Amino acid sequence: MAVLARAAADALRPHCARLPPHTRLRGPEIGLVMLRGRMGGDGAPFNLTEATATRCTVDMAGRMGHATVLGRDMEKAELAAMLDAALQDPALRPALLAAVIAPLAAEQAERRARDARRAEATRVQFFTMATMR
Amino acid sequence: MYVSVKGGETAIGHAHAWLAEARRGDTALAELSTAQIEQQLSLAVDRVMAEGACADRGLAALALKQARGDSTEAAFLLRAYRTTLPRFGYALPVDTAAMAIHRRISSTYKDLPGGQVLGPTFDYTHRLLDFALEAEGLAAPPPAAEAKEEAGRMPAVTAILAQEGLMAPDLASDAEPPDITREPLAFPADRALRLQAMARGDEGFLLSLGYSTQRGYGNAHPFVGEIRMGEVRVEIEPPELGFAIDIGDIMVSECQMVNQFAGTAEAPPQFTRGYGLVVGQNERKAMAMSLVDRALRAPELGEAATAPAQSPEFVLYHCDNVESTGFVEHLKLPHYVDFQSELEKIRAIRARWFAERAP
Repeated sequence: MAVLARAAADALRPHCARLPPHTRLRGPEIGLVMLRGRMGGDGAPFNLTEATATRCTVDMAGRMGHATVLGRDMEKAELAAMLDAALQDPALRPALLAAVIAPLAAEQAERRARDARRAEATRVQFFTMATMR
Repeated sequence: MYVSVKGGETAIGHAHAWLAEARRGDTALAELSTAQIEQQLSLAVDRVMAEGACADRGLAALALKQARGDSTEAAFLLRAYRTTLPRFGYALPVDTAAMAIHRRISSTYKDLPGGQVLGPTFDYTHRLLDFALEAEGLAAPPPAAEAKEEAGRMPAVTAILAQEGLMAPDLASDAEPPDITREPLAFPADRALRLQAMARGDEGFLLSLGYSTQRGYGNAHPFVGEIRMGEVRVEIEPPELGFAIDIGDIMVSECQMVNQFAGTAEAPPQFTRGYGLVVGQNERKAMAMSLVDRALRAPELGEAATAPAQSPEFVLYHCDNVESTGFVEHLKLPHYVDFQSELEKIRAIRARWFAERAP
């Protein structure tokens, strides 16, 4: 789910063309999720802001697939729900994990790693007269 | 009180047509796309998103385009739009300690665990206008430098102080917080409500109030324990699934402001904290929010509340720019009946005043 939620519809679409037919049980529909933070980062929760999200539930050969993703891309939510259903099918799962999930996960991990390398390149060592701790 | 009026449709239609033309500007120039606004005016987009209380960069960019760059009007548009959408539910609290860090600095510890990374910041720029940006068809800037290593996990600074008992802990609980989008603001407002109101509050208002606490209106001796900015994962627990699912990442800015505290009969002297958390990249607002959050905690910490920033009513009733602009700007709507009665009253008073002084 985490991988599908971060993928673009364009990346999911080619893998959904040959999936078994599905029927929509709910959505795709756009709505709001209220995000929460914690006081001081680790205290009691508080409501931060709403964010748009899109959800979709499909039935694929008796298996229910569900997706909720941040943003307003209805096609992406439906494709993710279809893949969620297909991934529950033991006959389809290994191929989908290898063809869809693993490459997308690698791509997303590389994007995160690139940001972390960029952040690391801005690591700063300030020199002061003070020594402390 | 204003009264409803009839008529004026033609004039209003013409005014809005002129507005549309003015919005577009000189048609000899290329039209600005919402994608360009989202990408190239991203901090304006983030501000509208935070004050519009609806995290969606595409919508915020559209609102900015429609509002001709007026951020308060754009926030208003976003607030109005969000009322048309159903609420799916509440997300689990984001874990900012596990943030994918783009920026993390501390002004209290030079060598804190995880270190300091500047990220994409205006800090240390010279604030000189860069006329090179005026040129069209500029080559893309070179890609940002990448280190071989990745910036690792960075523990929260407040946790470091807490280990020594120097920092008053924020009580960890999973109490269901109040929600001002569901219940009207009521006083006394607990801290969760205050933080929600400030997270959507006007940046300028909070900035001024935060500044006022530094200048002596409120007893602030703040240090930036930590500022961090980066992506956090958002998880929800749909009732039909019964387990949490990850629905994507969102950029947030967080500020932990460390303040002095003398201690009381029950609590030893220790540092206390103010907290700021804002969606998008907006550390100025996160810092201002953390200053005002700390100021608003005065009664809870046994301090005298004498300054505006320490008054929950003053801060929370006025920090929302959509509400503020609504009440200020409503003054331009027809108040003819009201004013008619004022006119009659002052004419009568003046007549008496002159009559009393007649020779």
